[in-house]
Amino acid sequence: MSLQKEDVEKIAHLARLKIADSEIDTYARQLSNILAFVEQMNEIDTDGVEPMAHPQDLVARLRPDQVTESNQRDAFQQIAPCVKNGLYLVPQVIE
Amino acid sequence: MYHKTITQLSADLHNGEYSCVELTQTYIDRIQQLDGKLNSFITLTDELALQQAHQADKAIKEGTAGPLTGIPLAQKDIFCTKGVRTSCASKMLDDFIAPYDATVVEKLNQAGTVMLGKTNMDEFAMGSSNETSFYGAVSNPWNTDTVPGGSSGGSASAVAARLIPAATGTDTGGSIRQPASLCGITGIKPSYGRVSRFGMIAFASSLDQGGVMTQTAADAALLMNAIAGFDPRDSTSVDHPVDDYTADLERPLEGLKIGLPREYFDPGLDPAVESVIQQALKTYQSLGATLHEISLANTHLSIPAYYVVAPAECSSNLSRYDGVRFGHRCEDPKDLYDLYSRSRGEAFGEEVKRRIMIGAYALSTGYYDAYYLKAQKIRRIISNDFSQAFEQVDVIMGPASPSTAFRKNEKSDDPISMYLSDIYTISVNLAGLPGMSIPAGFVKGMPVGLQIIGKTFAESQLLNVAHQFQKQTDFHSQIPEQFNQV
Repeated sequence: MSLQKEDVEKIAHLARLKIADSEIDTYARQLSNILAFVEQMNEIDTDGVEPMAHPQDLVARLRPDQVTESNQRDAFQQIAPCVKNGLYLVPQVIE
Repeated sequence: MYHKTITQLSADLHNGEYSCVELTQTYIDRIQQLDGKLNSFITLTDELALQQAHQADKAIKEGTAGPLTGIPLAQKDIFCTKGVRTSCASKMLDDFIAPYDATVVEKLNQAGTVMLGKTNMDEFAMGSSNETSFYGAVSNPWNTDTVPGGSSGGSASAVAARLIPAATGTDTGGSIRQPASLCGITGIKPSYGRVSRFGMIAFASSLDQGGVMTQTAADAALLMNAIAGFDPRDSTSVDHPVDDYTADLERPLEGLKIGLPREYFDPGLDPAVESVIQQALKTYQSLGATLHEISLANTHLSIPAYYVVAPAECSSNLSRYDGVRFGHRCEDPKDLYDLYSRSRGEAFGEEVKRRIMIGAYALSTGYYDAYYLKAQKIRRIISNDFSQAFEQVDVIMGPASPSTAFRKNEKSDDPISMYLSDIYTISVNLAGLPGMSIPAGFVKGMPVGLQIIGKTFAESQLLNVAHQFQKQTDFHSQIPEQFNQV
């Protein structure tokens, strides 16, 4: 799999990563190499093999629907880059 | 006293040979004096350490102390520490003060240990050389031109140089065992689900596991007693009885069946490393163990499968860094997209970006089956290979790394050659098994690690097997010359 400039731009967009134009060729080459490398996986037939998502094949555990955490808004917002009146501020989304 | 193990330090503290405050000050001074050569710490917490040491002295006086009371430790900077910067070696979290403690940190605090600081690592634990850290590369104390391995390179380097008696680490594809091997210390990666991941910054959630890096297996057993166990706050924590990991240390190895995967003794293995491993196996034979050739036929597929699974999970986990709630935020974002993409583009390093992009690609529409699903199926095959092997043998042994420590910059421009340095460790994470690396000897003055792999939840057995070797050998008590007698 060889990635072109546009492919890298699309992936970077999906991943919300700003990549400098000057770096795109390097990423295209490196990501293509990695994808070519992982394609070694195709040498083995995996038809009928059950995919393994977790080592212990865990089932998500349920807990009683009770409040267990205390309100720590102030502590959590202390480390936020931009807050006002207990709200996280971001650039305007809706005109 | 810096050459002593936890076991020895603990006895001294309880016998009143010196106080916890004196011991802590010794290590503070040592780090101050010597870490300039290594860069193994990101953040030092001297003040907190001395407070904890005072508490420990009080506990010893009052008779409420345990075996770990007053023992100085360092935490890999991936574990959240309340009120202390937790950077994960990334510009993204350069000013992140964790609002809570990871379960591992909480448990070690409860056991009375003293935290001296947070150790350097590869950014978000992505790397095998500790060269991707935002805070600079770490040096291997055995030769400061070489790497300590990664991602827990700071922990490995600090323990090897005896700047700290022990440290925590995490292992997603070999990040405890490979640096332990390259730095000549003891490292254990427990079974997946054995140690809580709560507060351990996530990289690849189905692979990450916390563990410890120590001088000896006996020390590792003491620390495992403190950190292992079920945690309701970690949805992948397993509710399985916890052993007393010190109980089996002295069990004789007579009749132990050791499996040697022929794929681990392949042409990629440095012949000098192989001869050290063969010598270690002879020691095991002299202890009554028997050697059996086995096959883990799909070992070569573990790296390709891992470099789909791990990046896929990483791209998902790292989507939380959005410049809104915590972490780096770009200046003057013009809209929400700009806020996300510039904050992330500015604050993630190259290796992290590469993995996020590989993961985003592998999970995207049209490619999911070819990459992610295929990798998960190979993961099953690799896991089944281990299960079959464990029908014939008790433990599996081989090298932890194909070579001794490589030179800085040797592999940093070639991601795939870096990835290949984890060939013997990665499949263990895919299968979720426990694994160790213990010092087995030296090649041209550089340490070689013997890897020991066990069945799920067989940590006690691994520690026993490692401890018996350490009673016969003294590789684990060697200290690099420029950090000894100073």
